[in-house]
Amino acid sequence: MALFKRLAETQRPTVAFTLDGQPATGLLGDTLLTAVLTCAEHLRGSDFSAERRAGFCLMGACQDCWVRLQDGRRVRACATLLEEGQAISRDPGRQA
Amino acid sequence: MKPIVIVGAGPAGISAARTLLDHGVTPCLVDESLRGGGQIYRRQPANFQRSAKQLYGFDASKAEAVHRTMDELAPLIDYRPQTLVWNAEDGRLDMLNNGRAESVEYAQLIVATGATDRILPVPGWTLPGVYSLGAAQIALKYQGCAIGERVAFCGSGPLLYLVAYQYAKAGAKVVAVLDSAPFSAQCRALPALLGQPATLAKGVYYRAWLTAHGIPVHQGATLTQIDGEQRVKGIRWGEHTLDCDAVAFAHALRSETQLADLLGCEFAWNSLNRAWLPQRDSAGRSSILGVYLAGDGAGIMGADAAQMAGERAALAVLEDAGMATDHRRIAVLEQQLASIQRFRHGLETAFPFPEHWAAQAPDQLMLCRCEEVSVGEVRAVVDEGHWEINRVKAHCRVGMGRCQGRMCGLAAAEIVAERSGRGIEHVGRLRGQAPIKPLPFGVEVQP
Repeated sequence: MALFKRLAETQRPTVAFTLDGQPATGLLGDTLLTAVLTCAEHLRGSDFSAERRAGFCLMGACQDCWVRLQDGRRVRACATLLEEGQAISRDPGRQA
Repeated sequence: MKPIVIVGAGPAGISAARTLLDHGVTPCLVDESLRGGGQIYRRQPANFQRSAKQLYGFDASKAEAVHRTMDELAPLIDYRPQTLVWNAEDGRLDMLNNGRAESVEYAQLIVATGATDRILPVPGWTLPGVYSLGAAQIALKYQGCAIGERVAFCGSGPLLYLVAYQYAKAGAKVVAVLDSAPFSAQCRALPALLGQPATLAKGVYYRAWLTAHGIPVHQGATLTQIDGEQRVKGIRWGEHTLDCDAVAFAHALRSETQLADLLGCEFAWNSLNRAWLPQRDSAGRSSILGVYLAGDGAGIMGADAAQMAGERAALAVLEDAGMATDHRRIAVLEQQLASIQRFRHGLETAFPFPEHWAAQAPDQLMLCRCEEVSVGEVRAVVDEGHWEINRVKAHCRVGMGRCQGRMCGLAAAEIVAERSGRGIEHVGRLRGQAPIKPLPFGVEVQP
């Protein structure tokens, strides 16, 4: 299930990526956050209770939308644009 | 020669850059985003098709003007998009641009760092599907998405009605608007709001439009719980419950003041903003020579004021360098800024801060979403005799996480003040620390 709902700009070219190893598609111009949350329900697990999180501020301030890329980089999903073939993985978080 | 550096390419920063360039001075404009414009005039990616009218409504021409100015300036100045300023000290900024460390020495600095939503947490606020009002607006404007299928808008402030209206207009299902401010407060505020009739008219229009389109607007309604396990299932207020799968909430805005703090600017308590703000004169001069402040980052006044303040601060930089400036223009700007300031008093009356929030917050409520610190844990530290916010932070880690208290810091101060029986202005100010946002390991450093 998706969290976000696309209301406009749906005619853009598709961009293939993988989410936790599974094939997925987004649209050109999507942020990682949009690409993930239009096909899934969360972005990361929290650091002390592995609670599901899906971002909060969308303006690069809250740091609650971090995801990991194939090259090991940890990026803010709200401030990073999706690229073809990207492998995005979600950190499950930790229980204290 | 060292440049004049502007941090932030929103309405204030862009207007400051324009003013400097018009006077023959080429500034360096540093901005964290990919395309300038700031948050309220956030630009969609270049391949999106919606018109400015669709995106910005009544403010389309203002947004277009800001964007046009940005596009004109970009090739003419030292414009550095996608660049985070993570540290500032006397005469120097440390920055991160696409994984590369850079630093720049400035002759003068204009800090135009903008604002984020002011958040008063409610139980369930960390669930997927809960966003700030600003976030909900960015999802729509910048990405063409709604944050869910059935969205509730809660809290208070002008953004509440604006974003609910924008969502409904874009075809989203808005299930309710919960305004924590009672209608009587908005009536009381009318005299001051009439000073900016156009802005007042817009607010009245959004409110009326929502009602005319059958969207329930509840005034004096305080969100008390967001329900759900893995994601949002519904909300509660008073005796009421409502099913929904997304919630956007906030209580107005808060200034981003970390850089001003690192620069050593003097701060003072500002009761209108209910926040500590860097002090500035009517031109935007801070307490530090060569450091100027403009826009919402120095106190919330909105985009129109930010644009004027950016121009005013740039003119102050030029005046202080002994250059000729137009004194009539300066007088007009200062007069208009003063008038908007009076309007701000009206807005604070119309959307008063919910002073009962801290007393009513349950102990189990998670206050700090980074470090997962509950209201009860903060209260326990206060009960041990601590009342200074940085001290409380040291004891329980509230505000110590990766957002540096941007989301929870003001709410934590409210809890400390209420529990310790002190006024909110007497519990201190959460200090900023470099790096003001997290940096990755393995930053490339230019020799």
